[in-house]
Amino acid sequence: MSIKQVGVVGAGVMGTGLAQSLAQARFDVILLDISDDILSRARGEIRKNLRLAKMLDPQAMPESVDSVLSRITCTTEAGGFGAVDFVIENVVEKWAVKEQVYHEIDPICPPHAVFAANTSAISITRIASATGRPSQVLGMHFMNPVPMKPMVEVIRGYHTSEQTLHTARELLTTMGKSCVVVQDMPGFVSNRVLMLTINEAVFLLQDQVASAEDVDTIFRSCFGHKMGPLETADLIGLDTILYSIEVLYESYNDSKYRPCPLLKKMVDAGLHGRKNGRGFYTYE
Amino acid sequence: MSPDTIKPQFREFLGKVIRNHDLKDDDDIFAQGFVNSLFAMQLVMFTENTFALAVEDEDLTLDNFRTINAMTALVLRKKA
Repeated sequence: MSIKQVGVVGAGVMGTGLAQSLAQARFDVILLDISDDILSRARGEIRKNLRLAKMLDPQAMPESVDSVLSRITCTTEAGGFGAVDFVIENVVEKWAVKEQVYHEIDPICPPHAVFAANTSAISITRIASATGRPSQVLGMHFMNPVPMKPMVEVIRGYHTSEQTLHTARELLTTMGKSCVVVQDMPGFVSNRVLMLTINEAVFLLQDQVASAEDVDTIFRSCFGHKMGPLETADLIGLDTILYSIEVLYESYNDSKYRPCPLLKKMVDAGLHGRKNGRGFYTYE
Repeated sequence: MSPDTIKPQFREFLGKVIRNHDLKDDDDIFAQGFVNSLFAMQLVMFTENTFALAVEDEDLTLDNFRTINAMTALVLRKKA
């Protein structure tokens, strides 16, 4: 199957980065979200990032900013997905919201279209059950920022077909990315470990064992990680971290995934990390 | 618009980020490590908003934003 048009659901941090990467790879993109405000902010962000790419890496950005942008159509109507070949869904990590999205787009998208859930923890098999095309549903866990991260964790649900995996690989190759395919269990490989690590790092802070800076320095300097767990949490978004750890807790019913009270408190206080300027660190 | 009116505006903007250094007009702010390259986009937007001009695709090079002199020359060129 040749992919021409890709539908992206959700114009948050991930959806915005994906729409940009896909348009740079010359796919036509339909970017869907619930409000025009969110979409216009996303478009502004994409324009800013394309211009930055033009400055920092002109070879990777041979086209004009406007011609890449012209391949992205923003809409608040799922009806715009009538001709998509591939959908990447990036809505909030809440089952009720995801289920609603799949119920809405499944009857609109062409029968051949593949659905990829860019989820960080929710079971792909469960998501597939909300559609009438379970063999064409898989997980594609993109990393943030999408345009800069070359590797994607691809998740095979219980019913995901070989053909679907093949189509997903083709899409990623065109985007200049590679993948590792893993089986479906909540959190997959990456987030089952990462979310626990971050949650435990927040406990360290709560228990006053060390400051955020010191926790991160130990990971960077002792283990050679590029970023420590708390700065990583700020990058991902504390709200997303909390939703993900709650999903793991519900999925495994194992107390090792209980969310740290300090994490809950920070999310309630509106400290969501880099995206709104305050998390474990303050951003200008 | 002359270099004398343009340069102080860049110097003031950069002064908010680069503290404790008397920035010279030909100091390369990226090479000397005062800011990282991601800051370039803030300079582009500052230039557009302050001088009411559009930095077009062909102007989007780091070289246009390395020094106060280069940014001033860009503004004069776009305003000519």
